[in-house]
Parts: sequence; C-alpha cells; structure tokens
Amino acid sequence: MSRDITLAKAVNEAIAEEMRRDETVFIIGEDVAEAGTPFKVLSGLVEEFGTDRVIDTPISEPGFMGIAVGAAMTGSRPIVDLMFGDFIYLIMDQLCNQAAKIHYMSGGKLEVPLVLRANLGATRRSAAQHSQSLHALVAHIPGLKVALPSSAYEAKGLMKTAIRDNNPVVIFEDKLMYQDKAPVPEEEYLIPFGQAAVKREGRDVTIVATSSMVAVAEEAADILSEDGISAEVIDPRTIVPLDEETILNSVRKTSRAMVVDEGHQSYGVTAEIAARISEKAFYHLDAPVIRIGAMDVPVPFSPALEDLTVPNARGVADKARKICRGELVHAA
Amino acid sequence: MSETRTHNTEDYLRMYRQMVRIRAFEDNANQLYLAAKMPGLTHMYSGQEAVAVGICEALTDEDRITSTHRGHGHCVAKGAEFKAMFCELLGKEEGYCRGKGGSMHIADQSHGNLGANAIVGGSMGIATGAALSAKRLGKNFVTVCFFGDGATAQGLWYEVMNMAALWNLPVIYACENNGYSEYTKTKEIAAGSLIKRAEAFGIESFQIDGQDVLAVNELAETLSDRCRKGEGPFFIELKTYRYHGHHVGDINRDYYRAKDEEAEWKKLRDPITNFGKWLEDQGIVSADELVEINNEIKADAEAAVEYALNAAYPDPSEVDMHVYAGVDHALDYLPGARP
Repeated sequence: MSRDITLAKAVNEAIAEEMRRDETVFIIGEDVAEAGTPFKVLSGLVEEFGTDRVIDTPISEPGFMGIAVGAAMTGSRPIVDLMFGDFIYLIMDQLCNQAAKIHYMSGGKLEVPLVLRANLGATRRSAAQHSQSLHALVAHIPGLKVALPSSAYEAKGLMKTAIRDNNPVVIFEDKLMYQDKAPVPEEEYLIPFGQAAVKREGRDVTIVATSSMVAVAEEAADILSEDGISAEVIDPRTIVPLDEETILNSVRKTSRAMVVDEGHQSYGVTAEIAARISEKAFYHLDAPVIRIGAMDVPVPFSPALEDLTVPNARGVADKARKICRGELVHAA
Repeated sequence: MSETRTHNTEDYLRMYRQMVRIRAFEDNANQLYLAAKMPGLTHMYSGQEAVAVGICEALTDEDRITSTHRGHGHCVAKGAEFKAMFCELLGKEEGYCRGKGGSMHIADQSHGNLGANAIVGGSMGIATGAALSAKRLGKNFVTVCFFGDGATAQGLWYEVMNMAALWNLPVIYACENNGYSEYTKTKEIAAGSLIKRAEAFGIESFQIDGQDVLAVNELAETLSDRCRKGEGPFFIELKTYRYHGHHVGDINRDYYRAKDEEAEWKKLRDPITNFGKWLEDQGIVSADELVEINNEIKADAEAAVEYALNAAYPDPSEVDMHVYAGVDHALDYLPGARP
C-alpha cells in the first residue's frame, strides 16, 4: 500500500523509523529541534526523541560537523543537518579532510558512519549565497557517497540506506521540492546506492537527469513526444557510486545522450557523465553528448535573471530535438 | 617535581620508561629521515614527553585521545608498540594504518587513539564529538584533545569549546604551548592570554609546567576523574618546548630561535633528566638502573627500526582498499572510475 506524501514528510519518516530502530542515531544542527528546521522537515522529531537525540547547536557549522565526525568514530550514527547546502563551504575541512579520509588513513581501522543532509537548487529568489548546487564539489572527494533524491519516494529510501551505511554519505535535497507529493509505500523499503532508475522508457534519446532536473527532463520528454521524439529519462539517484551500466545500456539503445544537472555547467556532474558516455559508448553515438547545467554565473536575485540560469524543460527539449535532427554536430 | 599523590614505584618507573621510549623513538625517526631512509617528513616531539606521558598515564584504554601532526609522543604514551609505529613511518604493511597514514596520521586505534591529524587544529571537533558520544551513549570514557599553541588561532576550537561548555562534555583540551607556531614565536601570533580564551566560555582552566611529568599526571588524574563525574570540559595550557625545528628538515633556524635558548631548555628543563634525578633523590632507583633502562629501550627501538626497514610494503592491491567501509575495492565499487 502506498499514499501520497511530501518529500519533507518522506525524509521525516525515514529518520524517525531509523531512530526508533537504532538508538545510536541522533540529529545535530541549527534549529533542528523545536523549529524542525526552517523547512520544517524535522518537525515533531524532538517531541518523540527528546533534545538528547535532536540536538540544537549554535550557528557553528565547522564545529558541529567536526563533532559529528568524532561521534561517528566512537559508536554514534549522527545525522547532520546543514540547513543550506551552500554552507558546505564552511565545513569543507571537516567533511573532506576528516570524514572522507579517516577510514583510508587509518588503514580501515576507523569508520565514520554519518549522514550529512544538505540541499541544493535555485529559483527561490534567495540570491547567490543560498541558491547553489554544490554536489559536484563533494562528489569529487573519494570516501564520500553522494545521493540526490528526485522525489519523496527516493528521498525516503535513500535516507534509510544512508543512515545504515558505515561511511559518510551526503544527501542533497532540492529545497523547492519539500512540498512535492509522490506515492510512498507504507511498508519499509530501502533504495540501494548505485542503482539508477529508468523513469521513462524511450528509443530516440537518453536524458540523464538528477534531483529536480528529473522532473524537468520528464516535462521535456512530454514536449518531445508531441514531435514524435521518444526520450528515455534516467535518474542515477546516487552520483557516488554512479550506475554507469544503466546509463550506457540506455545510450546503446537510443544512440543519443544528454545530461541535465543543476550544478554549474563547467567541471560538473554533467561533464563527468558525458565524458563517460563518450569514452565507453562512442561507437553507439549518432551525435555528440550534450551537457545542460546551470549557467556559470553566481545565482542572481532578480527573478527576471535567476530563471535564466537554471535548465528548463523547453531548453532541454530544444537541444534534444536538435541532436535528434543532426543539427548539433560541430564541424571539425 | 611536585608530588602530592601516592604513586607506587611501578607507576613512577612506567612513566619514566614511557618518556624514554618517546625520546628513543624520535631519535631513531630523526636518523631515518637524515639517512634518507624515510619517505615524506616528520615532526619531532622530543622535549615535550612529560605532557603526553603525564596525561596518558591518567587514562585507560577506553579513554580516547586526538593527536596532532607532532603525534608520535601521544601514540607511544597511549600504548603503541615500536614495530608497528616504525612500520607506519616507513609506509609498510604492518604499520598501524597499513602504511596509509604515515607520520602525520599515525594512530594505534586499539588503545583509543583517534588519530594524529595533519590539519592544525583539525581534530578539535573529533575530540568533542567523541565526548558527545560518551555522554549520549552513557559510556564512561574521557577524551583528551591534544593541540599546539599554533592551533589556538583556528576558529574551530572556539566553536567546539562553546558547545562542550554548553553541554558539559567530558573532554579535556590540552594545549601544548611550546612557544612556536611552526616557524613563528607564539607571542607574535597569539594576542592576550590563551587561558582566558577558554575561561571566557566558562571552562575551568589551568596553566601548568609541561616539563614536570608528576604535576601533569596529577592534574590529568584529577580532571579525568571530574570529567567522569560530569564536571567537564576543562582546558590545560602546558608550558613546554620542542627540541627540534618545526619538522625534521628545519635545521637552520637561528632566524627565529636562538641556539642559547634551545641549549638552556635542554640543560635545565629536560623532563626525562629531571625526573630521573628525582627518582634517584627519592631512592626509588639508582643511576645505574636508569642507564640500564635507557640502554634497554634504545636497543628495543633499534631492533624495531631494523624490523621495519626489512618489512614488506603493502601489496599494490591495497591502494583502493579502505576508501569505503564495507567495500573491498573502491574502483570496483565505483563502476567506470577505473581508467
């Protein structure tokens, strides 16, 4: 049985279920207790689990991230709430130099089982310091796993897997999707890392899309279908590890590929996935692999400008149409 | 030497031996570097032995420590063995971290050492988090966070001291003030008083002679007991001195530190010599017996070096092991990552 619930509720359920199952799980971050975070994702948890397990911190991101690393090394399973993914810049040393490397540097003797909840996404009129999509930054660092849920269903299943994982896992939720509803089973389920979901089957072009860009890709597929173009939409769900096989199999079938992600276009997730397709499915391709990321500018405040920076369905559909018609083959 | 608590002969001799073991380890590590037998570089702890030993002797194997890039002393004091330590310095498979940590990340995890840390001040969060685990999970262990005076310039310390004080965590922040922040005098980088910085958070703080192993040990015993009763956190500033440069290659250092100053500390304030004299004065041990202890440890260290020099390097297949817990080989786990 399933019911439609919001992504916020799905995350809340995942955390509550895991906290009931395992008393070493706790939450730490700013305004996580009574406030339930500004996005209200954690509402009600402090009432059930108390302030000992839902711990409000001062505004000290490096401090509480470091504390979570030490707690994880000594028998706890902390869930760190970073409020905004943008604050990842503040905690880079604790995340990338400490959490990510401790298992390796100790020759496998120490483990850091923690979950970092961050978010991503623009078009919320929050300007450049609260609108970024920084998952590629984290995915670059060996030792971290990175999950990007695209709906309430993924959000719950990936969160439960993350909490049980013995490694540092970073989950980026799109901050515009918290109120989006989707069917979520009432029974327990987990989504294994490294298994992409084929969201829509198609035969002419593969669109690999992450997080909120999955909905953008699906909308683009609707537009394309009016032109008789059949697009396959693939959601990797985790970018570390990445289910390369599902992506390559799809490209071998459709012979065209696009990658859509809300991180900046240059040096990003789109570049990585496009490069792998080009390297490993080259002879199956009828067109160059196209990347569509966010514009390489800080995210502007003005709605008139901000909307221009993020990929949209019309733009994705236009590019897809062009590669299907052989119009984007660059002359040598 | 201050001495108000009752120790038995065995305790005294163990503390003496542990200090000598650190010095012997460092002398050999220095030689390995100078003879170009050791990869990378290393940071000597010689001169500061009374701090690591005085504090770690007050701790059990369950108690945790976090350490610094000058971490050999803490590692020995917390119970590590020479062989696995020298193997780690040389990047050998039998090293405590299977050769993946080296000098700056050395740790004997089985004795509660959560690791040396090559980021100055990088482990302050980890130590505080271990203390949070202890409190939340109802465990009785205490965590000591070792760091140098240079690390007091890092903001992380202020963030975690604030939370440790708010939440009464069982953590002791042990600042080894050796007077130098890498190649710069501490007084040039630290405004005001270090102890007052901790006191500003309402953390009970102490200044102590870090060359006096018994004084350090007595304070550490008192504070670790009080931590176990929920009276933490605490801060200790231990005045000490590093005999070598910032790292082993820092030989010509007249431009920031006078030779006379180094000579004076070595002659008048050496923690091992002075404790040895005290043991003699108290009739606990004879001069000959001290020499015998020194020689025996020196021979142990040399044998361990010999062993480590001949030990095997890790198999190449280990290069992508231990990236992820529960994953044998990272490059198989990350499809497509393999070139």
